Amino acid sequence: MPTVTINQKSLTVPEGTTIIQAAEQLNIEIPRYCYHPGLSIAGSCRMCLVEIEKMPKLQPACNTRVTDGMVVTTQSPKVKEAVSGVLEFLLINHPLDCPVCDQAGECYLQEYYMKFGLHDSRMNENKIKRHKAEVIGPHVILDTERCVLCSRCVRFVREVSRSHEIGIFNRGGQSEIRLLPDQVLDNNYSGNVVDICPVGALTDRDFRFQCRVWYLSKADSVCNGCSRGCNITVEANRQRAHHGEGRRVMRLKPRFNKEVNRWWICDIGRYGYKFIDDPSRLIQPLEKQGDELEPLDWSTAAERAVGRIREAKQRGGAGSIVIVASPQLTNEDLFVTRKFFGVDLGIDQIDFRIPDKNTLSDDDFLLRADRNPNTRGAEAILLDGGGFDLQRIIESASTQSFGLLYLCEQDLVKKLGSEPARRFLGQFDYVIYQGSNENETSGLANLVLPAATYAEVNGTFTNFEGRVQRIHAGIEPLGDSLPAWRVICKLAQTAGFDYGYESAAEVFVELAQTVTEFEGLSYEKIGSEGMKLPETQPVPA
Amino acid sequence: MPELALLTHVQHRNLMTVEEYRQTGGYEALRKVLLEMKPDQVIEEVKKSGLRGRGGAGFPTGMKWSFIPKNSEKPKYMVVNSDESEPGTCKDRVIIEKTPFLLLEGIAISSYAVGSSTCYLYIRGEYYDQAMILKQAIEDAYRHGFLGKNILGSGYNLDVYLHRGAGAYICGEETGLLESLEGKKGWPRLKPPFPAISGLYGCPTCVNNVETLAAVVSIIQNGGDWYAALGTPKNGGTRLFCVSGHVKKPGTYELPMGIPLRSIIYDYAGGMKDDRKLKAVIPGGSSVPILTADEIDVKMDFDSVAAIGSLLGSGGVVVINEDTCMVKALLRIARFYAHESCGQCTPCREGTTWLKKTLQRVYEGDARQAELDQVLSIAFNMMGTTICPLADAAAMPVRSYIQKFRHEFEYHVQHKCCDVKPAVRI
Ligand SMILES: Cc1cc2nc3c(=O)[nH]c(=O)nc-3n(C[C@H](O)[C@H](O)[C@H](O)COP(=O)(O)O)c2cc1C
Ligand code: SF4
Ligand code: SF4
Ligand code: SF4
Ligand code: FES
Repeated sequence: MPTVTINQKSLTVPEGTTIIQAAEQLNIEIPRYCYHPGLSIAGSCRMCLVEIEKMPKLQPACNTRVTDGMVVTTQSPKVKEAVSGVLEFLLINHPLDCPVCDQAGECYLQEYYMKFGLHDSRMNENKIKRHKAEVIGPHVILDTERCVLCSRCVRFVREVSRSHEIGIFNRGGQSEIRLLPDQVLDNNYSGNVVDICPVGALTDRDFRFQCRVWYLSKADSVCNGCSRGCNITVEANRQRAHHGEGRRVMRLKPRFNKEVNRWWICDIGRYGYKFIDDPSRLIQPLEKQGDELEPLDWSTAAERAVGRIREAKQRGGAGSIVIVASPQLTNEDLFVTRKFFGVDLGIDQIDFRIPDKNTLSDDDFLLRADRNPNTRGAEAILLDGGGFDLQRIIESASTQSFGLLYLCEQDLVKKLGSEPARRFLGQFDYVIYQGSNENETSGLANLVLPAATYAEVNGTFTNFEGRVQRIHAGIEPLGDSLPAWRVICKLAQTAGFDYGYESAAEVFVELAQTVTEFEGLSYEKIGSEGMKLPETQPVPA
Repeated sequence: MPELALLTHVQHRNLMTVEEYRQTGGYEALRKVLLEMKPDQVIEEVKKSGLRGRGGAGFPTGMKWSFIPKNSEKPKYMVVNSDESEPGTCKDRVIIEKTPFLLLEGIAISSYAVGSSTCYLYIRGEYYDQAMILKQAIEDAYRHGFLGKNILGSGYNLDVYLHRGAGAYICGEETGLLESLEGKKGWPRLKPPFPAISGLYGCPTCVNNVETLAAVVSIIQNGGDWYAALGTPKNGGTRLFCVSGHVKKPGTYELPMGIPLRSIIYDYAGGMKDDRKLKAVIPGGSSVPILTADEIDVKMDFDSVAAIGSLLGSGGVVVINEDTCMVKALLRIARFYAHESCGQCTPCREGTTWLKKTLQRVYEGDARQAELDQVLSIAFNMMGTTICPLADAAAMPVRSYIQKFRHEFEYHVQHKCCDVKPAVRI
């Protein structure tokens, strides 16, 4: 393995490592526009030039492999001059839109100009005018004046999404990013080009003019859009409630995870966060009075729920109660659900599997047909007893009647269709709905308990490969809504079971001690990259 | 008349059929190679000859061939660079028009030497007539068994495919050419890997200029030592010098390497037209630094021209008289490179356009004196920092023109007109 010295610091790296990669490990910043670790090497922006001992010409760090004994500097006058020269070239035709550019604050022209440029403008020619603010797809806007022609977006649509919608047209100073004839940048991964564009040339229509990036807080989380469990950052606007129409979550960004999603997320996941701040959010408990749902406070609601559960149990036994949990819930939520209803109340009829009439499919990249983040977790936690099969009840359309249904975070009307959902719900004397948003199903419930969304809670999801990954609350639960496990704890306490959990972390400790498949796991071990359940079989698609 | 290696039999007529070509000893070299020599022996002979690439860079040809891996699981390709786009250069076409089979024989010998059975001949799109000549010649060679299967009963097979370019200078750069051949946009590739290891379709590839390959025939016929002795040390053989500009007899001359530039201009090209005074000479195509009238005693071989700060390049000798405005000449060249930059590298894409615009204003007298130094600094920032040498090719003339003829540039800026007589009003 070769040893390289960069700016007097030495490092031994595997054969084939490039200088830019080695420098990263040494925490030495080499500026770059075209280089992106997830794409092929273009070597064209020439920002990463470094000086190598015994080589007369500067070399691009992104395309130069380390050899043993190589001595590199990124700080010599020659390098500095070349890099600031390249920056100058990039800026001569740049429109300097910063005050109206969404990228400001996370723009690599701004950043590198401060670090490596700081030259005075000596451009006396008229700047080249080009296409501005062109809508090139459902999610992306292109401003070719801001483009530095790094070709990252082009390589992305060639190599990652393989959808080939854009290319660089013309040559020389006329070069321009354009859509190919009759193409629209419309693929399920289109939002990624915004992330990888180092400048404000590709911006997100969804985020455009909503918020300055320096007002955003960031929380590490996991997408709830499907069972892949792509790692994301939830970016919320905490300070400026008047921006973005009062929306708190402003955008989701992919977070690198080598084993799961690498640098990418799909558009379904990326833009699937709107429900979090939607007016349909349930922000207080509600009870049906005639045709209307009337607000309640939490203690009344909990008493009502527990009272109804007791009543049903007294009248028809545990067998008259059905609990439908959800693969949208965290492992912690599911564990407390099982503990309360299953262990402490002795209810066996717990399931989470609702047949979905909308057949969905995998794409050939990240998106999975199972659009739930925690099916694998729900199986491990809820089904290890086995036995109860909700699907049979639903599909048999029996007229058997039950006492009570406790339904979590599932829109039966949407999944089953209106008629079958109403028929199923009609089999129960009393329906309690626990969820984050109002929907047709919640409208049919007798009691509605407001739950927080995944962006508002700490916990873990288990993806289809059995990888347990942590999510962190980026914002507070809206209104009086509570994390699902806290809702259940409230009911449990009202029923006389005091679990005493202070946090999701405490729930997980017990979960790991109780559920066989989770044995030995802890938040520390899971870390920021997740950890696989030992010996798990992936869920079939 | 000095001894020739290329145009030996075509001073007074062209050899357009296999029969005509064979009557002058054509294809004897190929027979010798295929029946008597091993590929390595051919490479050795070429190394001995001191032949250096005639495409512009002057890389030793024998050495280039020895970089092609001997044992390759992938096919190996021979690619002939006949893009001939360097302004001032018109030599490949002379070979094609006068003696196309010399090229085809050279191709066959060279392909055998590097172990290739497939050759692509990339010819610039504007050379339509020349492409038709080659098309016929290739067909003729196939008919006579000098291409195709089992050539001369040796068991060696070779197919040659003709490919016409679409009019981009950058497709003369060998990796831009390979991209273009593959049907892609002509963007030069990052090196490494070099074509010898990973070229056309990712396979080992040897790219050579037309004149280079044609020269190989006489090296085999007469021996490497003979060829080397025609030129100067490390600069074997003869060269086709394409003389244009203000001379009495412009044309392409085959002359020994190392011949003084003065002799090319005065002994062969007939001296200055209308007996105007010589001002400057571009010795090797538009990309190279310019020489002043005082520098024409230089010997025209790669090393001697490099020693005085220019390059022998493609052999395009452009002779410039005293009536020429050097500002306008440079502007013309700057426009060419701005138009031809492929645009992937930042310094080249932005620099060539910036230079063009600023030089336009200098020419029009609409610039400040200080901008001349700015132009020099832009050119400096373009040099040695890009994927291919086009950026250097654009920057080198700028630097040399302004350094050597600064007074003309200053005159434009100060007086809004030329100081060449008769003064040109702008
Ligand atoms: C911008 C540019 C244009 C070039 N154009 C040509 C050309 O038209 N013909 C050519 O033979 N070589 C051209 N070359 C040189 C080729 O890249 C390559 O060096 C040559 O084809 C190798 O052949 P040789 O070794 O026989 O000279 C060009 C190089 C550059 C950088
Ligand atoms: S649009 Fe952005 S990513 Fe695409 S080439 Fe331009 S700067 Fe690069
Ligand atoms: S692939 Fe699935 S987990 Fe990943 S971003 Fe899309 S919906 Fe979310
Ligand atoms: S130097 Fe110019 S022509 Fe060559 S690859 Fe770079 S941009 Fe293209
Ligand atoms: S990052 Fe290396 S050339 Fe662009």
